[in-house]
Amino acid sequence: MYRYDKFDHKITAERVAQFRDQVRRRLSGELTEDEFRILRLQNGLYMQIHAYMLRIAVPYGLVSAAQMRMFAHIARKYDRGYGHFTTRQNIQFNWLKLQDAPDVLADLASVEMHANQTSGNCIRNITSDEFAGVARDEIADPRPYAEILRQWSTFHPEFAYLPRKFKFAITGATEDRAAIAVHDIGLAVVKNAQGEIGFRVLVGGGLGRTPIIGTEICAFVPWQHAITYMESILRVYNEYGRRDNIYKARIKILVKALGIEEFRRQVEADWQFTKDGPCTITKEELQRVAACFTAPAYERLTDDDDAVAALQRDNKAFANWMKRNVKPHKVPGYAAVVLSLKKTGIAPGDATAEQMDAAAQLAERFSFGELRITHMQNLVLADVRQSDLIELWQVAKELGMATANIGLLTDIICCPGGDFCTLANARSIPLAKAIAERFDNIDFQHDIGEIELNMSGCMNACGHHHVGHIGILGVDKDGTEWNQISIGGAQGNETSLGKVIGRAFTFAQVPEVIDRLLQVYVRERFEDERFIDTVRRIGHEPFKEFVYATPVEEDAKLAAAEYALLEKGAPYDTPYYSPRF
Amino acid sequence: MIIKNKAVTEGDWTVLRLNEGDAPESAEVPAGKVIVPLKVWQAQRDTLQKRTELGVWLNSDERAEDLQHDLARFAVIAVNFPKFADGRGYSIAYRLRVRLGYRGELRAIGDVLRDQIFYLQRVGFDAFEPRADKDIHEALKGLSDFSLTYQASADQATPLFRRVSRGGGL
Repeated sequence: MYRYDKFDHKITAERVAQFRDQVRRRLSGELTEDEFRILRLQNGLYMQIHAYMLRIAVPYGLVSAAQMRMFAHIARKYDRGYGHFTTRQNIQFNWLKLQDAPDVLADLASVEMHANQTSGNCIRNITSDEFAGVARDEIADPRPYAEILRQWSTFHPEFAYLPRKFKFAITGATEDRAAIAVHDIGLAVVKNAQGEIGFRVLVGGGLGRTPIIGTEICAFVPWQHAITYMESILRVYNEYGRRDNIYKARIKILVKALGIEEFRRQVEADWQFTKDGPCTITKEELQRVAACFTAPAYERLTDDDDAVAALQRDNKAFANWMKRNVKPHKVPGYAAVVLSLKKTGIAPGDATAEQMDAAAQLAERFSFGELRITHMQNLVLADVRQSDLIELWQVAKELGMATANIGLLTDIICCPGGDFCTLANARSIPLAKAIAERFDNIDFQHDIGEIELNMSGCMNACGHHHVGHIGILGVDKDGTEWNQISIGGAQGNETSLGKVIGRAFTFAQVPEVIDRLLQVYVRERFEDERFIDTVRRIGHEPFKEFVYATPVEEDAKLAAAEYALLEKGAPYDTPYYSPRF
Repeated sequence: MIIKNKAVTEGDWTVLRLNEGDAPESAEVPAGKVIVPLKVWQAQRDTLQKRTELGVWLNSDERAEDLQHDLARFAVIAVNFPKFADGRGYSIAYRLRVRLGYRGELRAIGDVLRDQIFYLQRVGFDAFEPRADKDIHEALKGLSDFSLTYQASADQATPLFRRVSRGGGL
């Protein structure tokens, strides 16, 4: 993975000092909250319902064991013993004190990490394929380019106060596992006829209030020009993106308003000034960065381990895990393993400090000391010897990270929702839990097969509900929470936006609604057809008809008091940490 | 008081701001060193260009290119930040310096605060008029928040990877 040189260390240390001083000035009253808010956001610090939340950047989702242990340390020392992995491959801590934030950043800097630009109207953490470097369908490893763009975007003086946030995603494989079509800029590594590397560039994708699929602005930008081309896109956006209405300020609105041809013309007009100029990426710089991402010392092995095959035959639980959580690897004898953070009863994406430490240990023992965080909110050990799979499975089971549900119904993408977030209309985590409990039976889940259920507590869409095969969106009606259900969304190569099936449901109705959608699917599906393919084939109508045919009963348990307790904020003590309280 | 060339100095220019409803054609421009709004410059160009010393300021929704052919006429060009979070002024400054080659004083005015001054300096501002209620000496410290930068901008023609030999450890 990328290792800081003395320059990276220095810039990171100076950032910590800068933020420490900003916090000092906030606490002394020199900075008003309005002035400080934007500064803290650019350091990933939000003020949530109970406390400050710190979002730590995990560039393209890659972490070392030492970094994962640092998360565990932060969870114990400054937080409440756990953290939350996010759809931007980052990690968030929910219970921080403002006073501690500079120390957390200093601790992070000691392991070459930071929280730079994880919020605010600036260029956010660049996300990528969790199987980068090991995927069989990879054209080229996207991580060196992601790292070069990370450095370019870090404290870029011109683009720190954009109209709105700005998200990049980059994939190097033929299958898009980084959801590039729903990013402000999506990059796909491609080769031209001469075999040279470049990027297909999509622009103006995004979810949120106005979901739009990105449009191709350029079919091939040679890698040398990645910085200058991106810079021109950002410059046009910075100057012409709307600033009068926060809901129309993303680049997608500008691209729609101008039309892609005019937007492209403006970008290319600006690019003519910088193309081939000093910001052209040099071969030396690419080589320096790429040298951090060379293959580890793989052994010469072969696929098809006998013991693994035998246990797959004899042990259904192991076979299920192999089927769902173990992914192909480009090197014979190796596999990539997804550690599920979606155990029923646990908030999707949450991990305790003990699990983080244990995951770090697993990485050292089985996967060359590295892990990846996925945008589906799980962890990946990317380089596991197939002969170690049985042992790994056994340990992961004990840690509660071997639920064989990757890509299945309970592998829910879920935002923090109304329990934590000031923006939410509805509670996401308790609803995810209720759905997971209802469909906990792993055999049932395997029978249903691949399906993506995504939920967001508000239209900002942190839980990517638009691209869920089933999407759940929390909406507010007269101060009470309701849930709008959509179907037909998808991410990846065949990205599509889901369509709402009809009027919204109460919290306690939702699991039954999901059940009815699945009933229609089971009734209508061809043999191995996935849920999304059935929806695409037969359309929304049969689903809609069945769901609304008879009244949907509320689940008595969910409607009961213990759940209702959560409704108005959370059952936690409100800590006195933030100036707001 | 303003910050110029990394020091606090007496400012001898007055920024002319129109009141709502004032017409640029009829706005009275006082004698002396005055920085006039772009619209006043455009409306009163014939008389204003006779002055020996003149400054002009752009608002965040105005274009650097509007001054393209007149750059040499101004001793000062200022860019106004209506709110510090309005980042258009950064690209305006960059264009003035890098695209249009403006070499005179480039001043940030309006909601100019300590914590934005480092970035402002990078995109080409060499003079700053911090908001009146703020301690200007505090603001001056903002210029040295970082000693190193990754990317090129108006202050650095090349990115870090072309400036230094990278890859060395601590």
